[in-house]
Amino acid sequence: MSMAGFLQPDGRNLSKAGILLLMAPFFLLIGFAFLYPLLSLLSISVTEPQTGLQNYERILDTPVYGKVLLRTLWIALLVSILSLFLAFPVAMAMVSSSGAMAVFITACILLPFWSSVLVRTAAWAVLLQRNGIVNDLLQAIGIIDAPVRLLYTQGAVVVAMTHVLMPFMVLPIYGALRNIPPDYGRAAAICGAGPLRSFFEVTLPLAMPGVLGGFILVFLTALGYFITPALLGSPQEMMIATLISQQLREFLDWPFAAALVGVLTLFVTAITLLFSRVFRFDRMLGGQV
Amino acid sequence: MSGKLTPGRLMLMAYVYLVLIFVLAPIVVILPMAFSEPDYLTFPPEGFTFKWFGAFFGNARWMDASVFSLKIAVLTSIVTVVVGTMATYALMRGAGRLGTLFQGLLIAPIVVPHIALAVALYLFFRQTGLSGTVTGYVMAHAIIAMPFVVFTVAAALSSVDATLEDAAMSCGASRFDAFRLVTLPLILPNVLSGALFAFILSFDEPVISFFLAGIRDKTLPRMMFDNIEQNLTPVIPAIAVLLTGVSILVLVCAAVLRRMAQSRSIPAEEG
Repeated sequence: MSMAGFLQPDGRNLSKAGILLLMAPFFLLIGFAFLYPLLSLLSISVTEPQTGLQNYERILDTPVYGKVLLRTLWIALLVSILSLFLAFPVAMAMVSSSGAMAVFITACILLPFWSSVLVRTAAWAVLLQRNGIVNDLLQAIGIIDAPVRLLYTQGAVVVAMTHVLMPFMVLPIYGALRNIPPDYGRAAAICGAGPLRSFFEVTLPLAMPGVLGGFILVFLTALGYFITPALLGSPQEMMIATLISQQLREFLDWPFAAALVGVLTLFVTAITLLFSRVFRFDRMLGGQV
Repeated sequence: MSGKLTPGRLMLMAYVYLVLIFVLAPIVVILPMAFSEPDYLTFPPEGFTFKWFGAFFGNARWMDASVFSLKIAVLTSIVTVVVGTMATYALMRGAGRLGTLFQGLLIAPIVVPHIALAVALYLFFRQTGLSGTVTGYVMAHAIIAMPFVVFTVAAALSSVDATLEDAAMSCGASRFDAFRLVTLPLILPNVLSGALFAFILSFDEPVISFFLAGIRDKTLPRMMFDNIEQNLTPVIPAIAVLLTGVSILVLVCAAVLRRMAQSRSIPAEEG
């Protein structure tokens, strides 16, 4: 199945009216339940309680909120870096294995895609609880003497988010690595390059689009992540999504929650546009099913 | 990169196994807890019981939530596939500038974080009375699932030769009949696997479910969220066992569909 010209129009053309008619349900749906709600939310952020940017000023002027933004960026970055270091070797192993081994690794990476985020978050809650396995293990090895608090910490959030998001890093890197002709590695070896040099000067540069694509995908997803920080994180160390939820549901401060959504959405959109050339969703996600 | 067992490759595989243990461990650990006696979650499990499955199937609130989620997922999958296939077909048959707009709007819900969409819909649906309704959830989930369905369908459509439709139409078939009788059967495996994917996305979707839930009409993910947040009972592992079973079933179905898609794409390439 050729992926070239993936979303390019081809074949016998329909009339303008026919195309409009076929696309109309999509445009109506996206206009009604995506564009309009999002734009009206953003407009609330600059019109209520009064017209102006005071909601945005409040984010920047209040140290607590600035801290939440910085913490969110830091956790998302950490999760992306950890995911990269876990994912790259797995992608390499997927490319270089064959038969049952390749199927096994692929199944392990894909299975979490199909298992509920809530189930996996609950699993981490169990693993990390005071009398949980991780505490038992750490005591058995002698790293700690008494159970320590692992749950409801930033560490718990980072570990669980890495667990959930890492597969999204594997697939784009795997896609890039698979496209490198094996001859290149052999050519490097013939020219006298050792495995390390061949990796850093041939494999890595050619895999860069996949690495960058996966990194940005994980980073952007992590920025707006809600479920895991809400269930495993500490209420004193919120991320932006949990702060938005708190402002909306507990303090009923819609305009301020709207401004936080505005900051998050603008930031994410800007990064996406900046990297739009490496960030090909159709390539990254099309082969997933 | 060959499969030879060099020291480098041995180290790579050792590292990869450790990563795979990290990936699988939480899932492997939580599943046996579904059969454990005590009211709290403990590992290794103690005793053996099916009572947590009973607690799930015998509780009206869990059952209502499951039926509600199933209803939403089935409708989401139908709406997404019908709307998505229509639009993708138009895209592949010369949509021009409208196609560019379509692709931009299609990608937007992947870029915009789910929390942003959830908050926007929370506000909008409260004003329009769609909060907690099947219609509201289906629209929200269809928007999230749409890109995945379109990519899958587009991949199939691009490998179907459009001259086949020409042939059908010059034999007197209408455009709709040509699509229904010639193109649709060829892309059907991808359409169905898109539908499966939309179903799973909707059934599992936690963030929008969290914000749109009313007091009564809660989806299964929202009920699970509340349980995990409040007391985390072994009902969650029991649900995990059920969901994993369903996932494996779906994966097998998807593999069968993929095989069908491969066997069907051969005549198109020859034509």
